[in-house]
Amino acid sequence: MDFFLQLLINGISLGFLYGLAAMGFVMIFKSSRVLNFAHGEILALGAYLFLTLVTWAQLPVIVAFLLSLTGSFIMGFVIERLFLRPLIGEPLIFVIMLTVGLAAMFKGLILLLWGGNLYVYPDFLPGWLSLTLGPVTVPPVYVAAIVIGFVFLGIFGLFFKFSSQGIYMRSVADNQQAAMSLGVHVRRVFALSWAIAALVAGMSGIILGIISGINVHDLSAVGLKVFPVVILGGLDSIGGAIIGALIIGLLETFTGGYISPALRDVVPYICLIFILLVKPYGLFGLVEIERV
Amino acid sequence: MKGPASLKFRLCGNFFERYEQELSIFETDFGRLCLVLGLTVLFGIVPFVTEAYFLYILVIIAITSIAALGLNILVGFTGQLSLGHGAFFGVGAYTAAVLSTELQCPFIIALPAAGLVTALVGIGFGLPSGRLKGLYLTIATLAGQFIIEYVLVSWESVTKGTRGIVLPFPEIFGISLDGDRAYFYVSYISLVVMTYIAVNIMRTRYGRAFVAIRDNDRAAEGMGIPIFGYKLLSFAVSSFYAGFAGALWAYYMVSITTEPFTLMLSVEYLAMIIIGGLGSIPGAIFGATFITMLNEILRIVTQMLMNTGFLEGVELTMAPLREFAFGLTIVLFIIFEPRGLAELWRILKSNVRLWPFSY
Amino acid sequence: MKDNILLQINNISVVYSDVIQVLKGVSLAVSEGRIISLLGSNGAGKTTTLKAVSGLLKPENGEVTDGNIEFDGKPIQNSSPETITRMGIIQVLEGRQPFKYLTIEENLRVGTATRWGKPYKRDMEMIYEYFPVLAKRKKTMAGYCSGGELQMLVMGRALMAHPRLLLLDEPSLGLAPLVVREIFQIIRRINTEQHTTIVLVEQNANMALQIAHYGYVMENGKIVMEGEADDLKENPDVKEFYLGLAASGDQKSFKNVKSYKRRKRWL
Repeated sequence: MDFFLQLLINGISLGFLYGLAAMGFVMIFKSSRVLNFAHGEILALGAYLFLTLVTWAQLPVIVAFLLSLTGSFIMGFVIERLFLRPLIGEPLIFVIMLTVGLAAMFKGLILLLWGGNLYVYPDFLPGWLSLTLGPVTVPPVYVAAIVIGFVFLGIFGLFFKFSSQGIYMRSVADNQQAAMSLGVHVRRVFALSWAIAALVAGMSGIILGIISGINVHDLSAVGLKVFPVVILGGLDSIGGAIIGALIIGLLETFTGGYISPALRDVVPYICLIFILLVKPYGLFGLVEIERV
Repeated sequence: MKGPASLKFRLCGNFFERYEQELSIFETDFGRLCLVLGLTVLFGIVPFVTEAYFLYILVIIAITSIAALGLNILVGFTGQLSLGHGAFFGVGAYTAAVLSTELQCPFIIALPAAGLVTALVGIGFGLPSGRLKGLYLTIATLAGQFIIEYVLVSWESVTKGTRGIVLPFPEIFGISLDGDRAYFYVSYISLVVMTYIAVNIMRTRYGRAFVAIRDNDRAAEGMGIPIFGYKLLSFAVSSFYAGFAGALWAYYMVSITTEPFTLMLSVEYLAMIIIGGLGSIPGAIFGATFITMLNEILRIVTQMLMNTGFLEGVELTMAPLREFAFGLTIVLFIIFEPRGLAELWRILKSNVRLWPFSY
Repeated sequence: MKDNILLQINNISVVYSDVIQVLKGVSLAVSEGRIISLLGSNGAGKTTTLKAVSGLLKPENGEVTDGNIEFDGKPIQNSSPETITRMGIIQVLEGRQPFKYLTIEENLRVGTATRWGKPYKRDMEMIYEYFPVLAKRKKTMAGYCSGGELQMLVMGRALMAHPRLLLLDEPSLGLAPLVVREIFQIIRRINTEQHTTIVLVEQNANMALQIAHYGYVMENGKIVMEGEADDLKENPDVKEFYLGLAASGDQKSFKNVKSYKRRKRWL
């Protein structure tokens, strides 16, 4: 029973982490219909940035945290400017392939700069954050992950539903030319969505780093885990992404705990194929409105 | 000029007067001459003058070209973006290995058998394409990649897991194909045959149906093309090529493990056809050549850098630099020449033909 | 009637992809507060003229290669759509392009992009007053609305931007005659009540000339005729080719269709 509870809590926190990672991904998809294969690497860059600021520059944790978020934000902006701007108007397959190339580039870059070793952050989260639920204790990191997950979900949900900027972003995704004719600054929308996505990715990178250490291979693998998550939830639904993430998180921990650790990483994909066969647009995705 | 009755029509453009003309692949004698010369040089001269190392690279190029051709049929012609080609390649390699070790199946049968088995697996993973479109299908093939990888590692009774399998030396009718030169013939004859088949598939109704589905699947459906069947067929053909190439590769490598057939390999294949040129048969071969050469050059350069001691003290391993350069090449190619090497080749050809005028 | 000229197009030529010349020296002037109608058959270059003004040529690889466009005395040719829309020129695209996955209300809110951050509630009320149909379907996703509703939606969306110059591209396309009449009445109301200057591109010349003050006729990338709307209505050529009436004023009979060849000659 304790084991079950422990797994349940691990699963939920893992789910929220995946959800955070997926949120940035959905941002980009919602505004520009681009599947970002470099998401895991952007996430890793955020984690490494924080590592450098905390251990090498010896900055106070909160300053380092804010600085690395700013850094991620700027990085997203620069990536869009340098690599994606020239491709506006090209077929999507090229843009997707470009992110695949970026993924390889960033991974190589991280390995060149920091090497492939496993690093850990110094312990800085206060102990009072931990939570005791009956026989199991929830470590502070997990609590932080869940709280941040909820906060960001709320912020983004409100942002896309009610704020003007959010509606402009959705309008660009919907019909670029019409958005342009109404004066929506399309290029700014793209840049902004990449910047915000990178910021969220950096944040989830840091939290993942706290939990399982910083290693480029593990972190960038999360970028691929995002795919079943967002597909389950439907590619363009942020709430769906969180629910998809919870499902995947629980599936993984329970398979790992009860069946076999080797199967753990494949289960999301098997489940994905079956769900897609039943619901081709994911659980919460928009059904494509095709009018001829 | 008199009235309309006396109008004369002058023929301009390419007109075919006999069926044979329309069926020919090379329309001009010059083209056919080039083909014959090229094949003579390839089979008569190249294997005898090149060193073993270059022969090895040439064989690898031929094998990757076959797999890339298959992927281009699926992605470039049918428009179904697949991220599982590397895994299909692995299925072919493992089928050949299992057939030849467990069942003592001869080389000449194991190759097409591996292709057929992979085609079946491909149809299996193509099934979601009945309901899925575009990006959702891409992700389904990504799932396929991971599932196949997992099966290869954990189905120990057949694949021997991570220990791998050692294959016997290939023979055809009692002639041993040991050695690079013999294998050069095997792989290049396969490549020529497979290219010939691919060119011809694209000229039949199947090929036209593929292209129709790529350009507008709903219109294709309206024209009476059963799109689900043709999508599955495209998956089958594409994975047949992958499986065939995988089997060739397994025999050439002698011993195989599950390691190479990762997502990275699938991505490399995609990179090949994009760099080579989507929807172009020579493009697939150009792309395969380019990526294979790039990998080799990067390997040599990183080794040289390490040997010269230029970066001594810095913990520099080969893999990251290679990955970085690989990524950079893809990125630059897509930004500057998205239509790929096939387009560059076309421009180059017309420049040579029209020289010294620009058009 | 001499009044303040809002938009002045001087002898522009537009080239797509560096090879296809679509406009070959088009000049026109739009006075403030009036409705100008631009007529012509398919491919005459009407839409291209509008896009040249609104800056939407660029994404389609088109460019104004010659001549100039002045809005309020300032040159705007080849500026980005962001700049042009912020000066007060809004184009309503041909073929109703709603944001399918946004609700009606959200669609209208996109119209505030040029004045982001300013209050918009009052404008929304105004739009619902002009188009009562929209008020009923506020929360519906636009993809599920009918053609007439969508046409009203895209016009309302454009009005949210407080345009000084509204470019309407074929608002009657594919709509039932009654709906067309309703839409044209609203266009006239917008013009008189909001003092919005309107350029109206239309195939339905009859309707267009009824509400327009002044008209231009385009053909093959050139302006071939212009004049006050009432004069245009009386012109025998316009009558024959755009209003479907024979020169005498009778309904045109297909028996006389051969006369088409004889007359189709401007200037």
